[in-house]
Amino acid sequence: MTRVVITRVATDRVAESGLNLKRRSLLIAGVSGWLLQCLPVRLSAEESSLIRSFYGNQIIEPARVSLKTPSLAENGNSVSLEVEAESPMTAVDHVTEIRLFAPQNPDPELAVFRFGPGAGLARVGTRVRFANSQTVTAVATMSNGQLYSGSSKTIITLAACVEPLL
Amino acid sequence: MSLKVRISLPENATSNDTIEVKTLVSHPMESGFRLDAMGEAMPRNILRSLLVTYKGEKVFEALFGPGIAANPYVAFYLRATESGDVRFVWEEQNGDVTEIVRYLAVI
Repeated sequence: MTRVVITRVATDRVAESGLNLKRRSLLIAGVSGWLLQCLPVRLSAEESSLIRSFYGNQIIEPARVSLKTPSLAENGNSVSLEVEAESPMTAVDHVTEIRLFAPQNPDPELAVFRFGPGAGLARVGTRVRFANSQTVTAVATMSNGQLYSGSSKTIITLAACVEPLL
Repeated sequence: MSLKVRISLPENATSNDTIEVKTLVSHPMESGFRLDAMGEAMPRNILRSLLVTYKGEKVFEALFGPGIAANPYVAFYLRATESGDVRFVWEEQNGDVTEIVRYLAVI
């Protein structure tokens, strides 16, 4: 909403200054910038094949799941992570399971969370280990069998798992 | 040996409130991928799962992999409907079980 308003003001100013800039081109620029921000994180072949090994050829829609990790973490030994799947959480329509995948870890299966409708909200917060900078993905299974996913990228400056204990 | 556990659950809630429950367990979550000073792999020692039931019904379950950080912290949600017990059961890799029951009063 704000973006559109700003564009309008800008066009007015441009018109006053006598520049030949179309209101439409400004609008397109504003909207496309906003759309770019909304694009989902792209998954590499390795990441998607890992997820495929669990879900086969079922359709996984990249929607309804929000996964939050810090974009930059100093220490891979403990990275906070929050995942939420949108759902009314009723007996007939709820999230049954959320699986977390970290493809760069020696064991890429981070965790599985299962829910009953009594959870009220399919949101979980935890702390995980990252062996390397990577894109972590959450896949949610709904009670009707539909699958949704969300991803988040984190850059690690000090990795977990690799250093020896001295 | 039972685990050292901390649970944050409100003592009471209003009906139909969705409340946040936080749990923290003292546990090394040794992944099995690290080497000791002698260069030998340290054996895996992790928590396997956390199961939460409310009035006898399963509301939340977490299955942990070695990628969960030491001293596992898990926060999840619960919809308060009526007063009853909230039961937390942690299972370790060797099958040991730690069980804690908290009463949630719904007003």
